[in-house]
Amino acid sequence: MSGARLEISNLGKNFRGLRAVHDVSFAVPAGTIHALIGPNGAGKTTIFNMIAGVFAPSAGAVAIDGRKISGLRPDQICDAGVGRTFQIVRPFKGLSVLENVTVGALHRHPRLPDAQAKAEAILHGLGLHDRRHQLAESLTLPDRKRLEVARALATEPKLLLLDEVMAGLRPTEIDVMVAFLRELNAQSGITILLIEHVMRAVMALAAQVVVVSYGEKIAEGTPSEISRNQAVLDVYLGEEEVA
Amino acid sequence: MSRLTSGVPLHILALLAVLLVLLVAAPALLGGYGLSVLILVLYFTYVGQAWNIMMGFAGQLSLGHALYAGLGGYAAAGLYFHYGVGPWAGVVVAIAAAIVAGGIVGYLGFRFSLAGVYFALLTIAFAEFTRIGFDNWEWAGGSGGLFLKVERNVFDVFDLRGGPVLFYYVILILAVGCFVLCRALLESRLGRYWLAIREDAEAAQAVGVPVLRCKMLAVTISAALTAVAGVWNAFYYNNLFPETAFGMSRSIEITLAPIIGGLGTLFGPFVGAVVLTGMGEIFTDISDRLHIAGIKQIFYGVALLVIVMYRPAGIWPWLARRLGIGERRP
Repeated sequence: MSGARLEISNLGKNFRGLRAVHDVSFAVPAGTIHALIGPNGAGKTTIFNMIAGVFAPSAGAVAIDGRKISGLRPDQICDAGVGRTFQIVRPFKGLSVLENVTVGALHRHPRLPDAQAKAEAILHGLGLHDRRHQLAESLTLPDRKRLEVARALATEPKLLLLDEVMAGLRPTEIDVMVAFLRELNAQSGITILLIEHVMRAVMALAAQVVVVSYGEKIAEGTPSEISRNQAVLDVYLGEEEVA
Repeated sequence: MSRLTSGVPLHILALLAVLLVLLVAAPALLGGYGLSVLILVLYFTYVGQAWNIMMGFAGQLSLGHALYAGLGGYAAAGLYFHYGVGPWAGVVVAIAAAIVAGGIVGYLGFRFSLAGVYFALLTIAFAEFTRIGFDNWEWAGGSGGLFLKVERNVFDVFDLRGGPVLFYYVILILAVGCFVLCRALLESRLGRYWLAIREDAEAAQAVGVPVLRCKMLAVTISAALTAVAGVWNAFYYNNLFPETAFGMSRSIEITLAPIIGGLGTLFGPFVGAVVLTGMGEIFTDISDRLHIAGIKQIFYGVALLVIVMYRPAGIWPWLARRLGIGERRP
């Protein structure tokens, strides 16, 4: 497994005249971790949904390693090497934890026993292995967040899109997740783009931060640059203490 | 084969083997009445299993499965009646017709994202207008029906002409075959993709499941299997009417055994078929004694209500837990 470069150019999305995203461009080099931040309703999840193929952009394009993927279906984009989690978790509730992750693993391992072995290994890494035979609906919220990450990783992506996987976790659990992602990135070289409100995690993980507000990119830079950027402080960080 | 039985405890395999031996020996053990009841049980097991692929596995509600059974029955019976083409060749045409019909219904429904009851309405609509079409189609006998010559005293496997024992063994082979097929499907990538779609189609697509293709496979496989039941049905009863072959009650009847027995389980359709057919026979007997017209339907309806209220997941998951077998709803 290795990372892929994500390139977003002049991306736009209108919902019946409502301009959700306008002219957003940025790139995430292969093997790096970037964060996408911004106030609620800024268009972060809309950008994710366009990368993952939930809907096609109204303007602009998304490319993975130079190959245009915008316009493809979500399963084709998964095939191209993009894994994603959902902000509001969507486990397969009636299936066990192991079966949830196995479904993801079947994409690259068509034989069921191979996929199950792959899924078990991923569950070990995320500390969910003890709970693998429980139904997904019986998991607590932090465990469901972990399950989202496990299921996405099972598809062996080159780019991982994480939509607020830290939300609802306690500080110690955040540290565990941060350590896991950092280790994952170091070991496999996977590219990670995360939407995150938890600044503790953004500061610890991201090499670069992209800030969006009202659907437009207003700043981009290292976490320390962003925390000093006046435009960012005005729209977003003014209310929050930044480490 | 090893994949099919892997993870199944030995004593369960032994129980399944005993059940199979009993079923194979049944014609020698049962009288004519008992055998006719068992034939019904196996018929509902088979067609319930076929419907279960769509609803229980892939989560797509079809309330028009009579369409596929009816098309299958009419295709094979019509070819036999008009041209003397035997049912073993006819069944190929029957399957092809059902796949085309299922493909059309499925594509219209799934491509345009009709979900839940709206998809169900589409399936009903197709069955209904096919019924009206057959009412007016001379070749198929119109609303007056299509009749095959009754030949109970021969034993002709090639033309499927004969008495109950012949039809018993044919439906037994079909039911066992369908059971094995469903087990194999569930233990495959396609089967797991169906379960994922049933749970959450959008999340499934995000992890690489080609949702439309998998749904199309569910509807066409289910339709093809149902068409085979239609062929068997036509040759067993020797008559076909659009009203019954494509009617709403036929479609509903197909869904009952898996719903009562346990949606999405392998054994549910069989358990449901045993309970429903048994209840039907007992209530017929009681109402014959009481001499009250229609009392059977009331008993039947109340019994269904009680089962659905107290065992909403079906009888089999509950029974399996009590017996310590535990076929989980996959």
